[in-house]
Amino acid sequence: MTQLRHAHRFHILYYLSTPLHRVAVDNLIAGVVAVVNYVWLGMIVFGIIVAAVNGNIEVVTMAALEGANNAVKISISLIAIITFWLGIMKLAEEAGLVRALAWLVRPIMRFLFPSVPKDHPAMGAMVMNLSANILGLGNAATPMGLIAMRELQTLNQGRDTASDAMCTFLALNTSCITLIPTTIIGIRLLYGSTDPTDIVGPTIMATAFSMAVAILVDRMLRLYYAGRRW
Amino acid sequence: MFTLIAELSRWAIPMILLIVPVVAVLRGVKVYETFVDGAEAGFTTAIKTIPYLVAMLVAISIFRASGAMEVLVTNLSPLLNLVGLPAEVLPHAIMRPLSGGAALGIASDIIKTYGPDSFLGRLASTMQGSCDTTFYVLTLYFGSVGIKRYRYSIISGLVADLTTLAASVFIVRAVF
Repeated sequence: MTQLRHAHRFHILYYLSTPLHRVAVDNLIAGVVAVVNYVWLGMIVFGIIVAAVNGNIEVVTMAALEGANNAVKISISLIAIITFWLGIMKLAEEAGLVRALAWLVRPIMRFLFPSVPKDHPAMGAMVMNLSANILGLGNAATPMGLIAMRELQTLNQGRDTASDAMCTFLALNTSCITLIPTTIIGIRLLYGSTDPTDIVGPTIMATAFSMAVAILVDRMLRLYYAGRRW
Repeated sequence: MFTLIAELSRWAIPMILLIVPVVAVLRGVKVYETFVDGAEAGFTTAIKTIPYLVAMLVAISIFRASGAMEVLVTNLSPLLNLVGLPAEVLPHAIMRPLSGGAALGIASDIIKTYGPDSFLGRLASTMQGSCDTTFYVLTLYFGSVGIKRYRYSIISGLVADLTTLAASVFIVRAVF
């Protein structure tokens, strides 16, 4: 997907046919995606230069091997908590708890997505995706999210511009409340935390706050962008 | 308020472990079989993180052992202190919206180096637990239905990320 965007971005017709501010936003996205590569490369190159200047270049080899070693240790120790949690989550799914949560939040969904008819399949898929996100079911959330996007795109009449509902959905999706941050609890356990789960409360609070801000910002931007072609 | 958060942390997981299986039994689910069925994917899911973690931990390990981390922290601390963000978590804050695996590697390194129960360890844990890989999600979701114009999505996504970051710093400072 990223590759496609890049090819598109460097095509001359794209520059001739696209308003300048959109070129700016597209370049921003592509630039940010490239940041991962540069940060990674930067840490290694800058690290080796500093080691060379300090006259202790030999620590680089040791550090690289130690880092790789730690990475494998972490992954192995994560098997335990991920296996356990996936079991519990499967139970929650089969018990109908995801559906129950979805039913509970229906009134909120109607307020958040006024442009989506209340019985439209998009509504159901979005609710399931957000519920799965809240419960930390990453694997279940993504397919549901993609189905929701497909349904929203039918309401959008297949245009290549994001609809209001899509923007709201993604704002919620990326800022969603997290009840149990499983992976990081596993890592805290591995390094001998006296209370690995004491960050659960702060995580719920931080995500609840950011979800509220995301809803607010999305509403403001929706009004601000209303009536524009994109 | 803050004792509430601490109590929430203590009770959240035991309550889920109680409610989920009990409701499942009442709804006629074969609890043991279903648990095993779901848990089966745990091994492959965990093993899949190895390449991401190796890539990131090798880089950050070199960065730290060489003294480059110290150079960064010394130079950026005065600036970042203005907004209350410790310079040690800056690499994590940059990576979090971009790549979940990379951010996890950095968070594990912070937890290992400073201890899971230190301020930095708890802050990195909360940041890792509460932010999302905004750019990955936007690219995947919009890309899957051929949306090329994201409109204001990037702005709301980034505002949400910055809010989570600020909220994490504030809440972790206040609670612990």
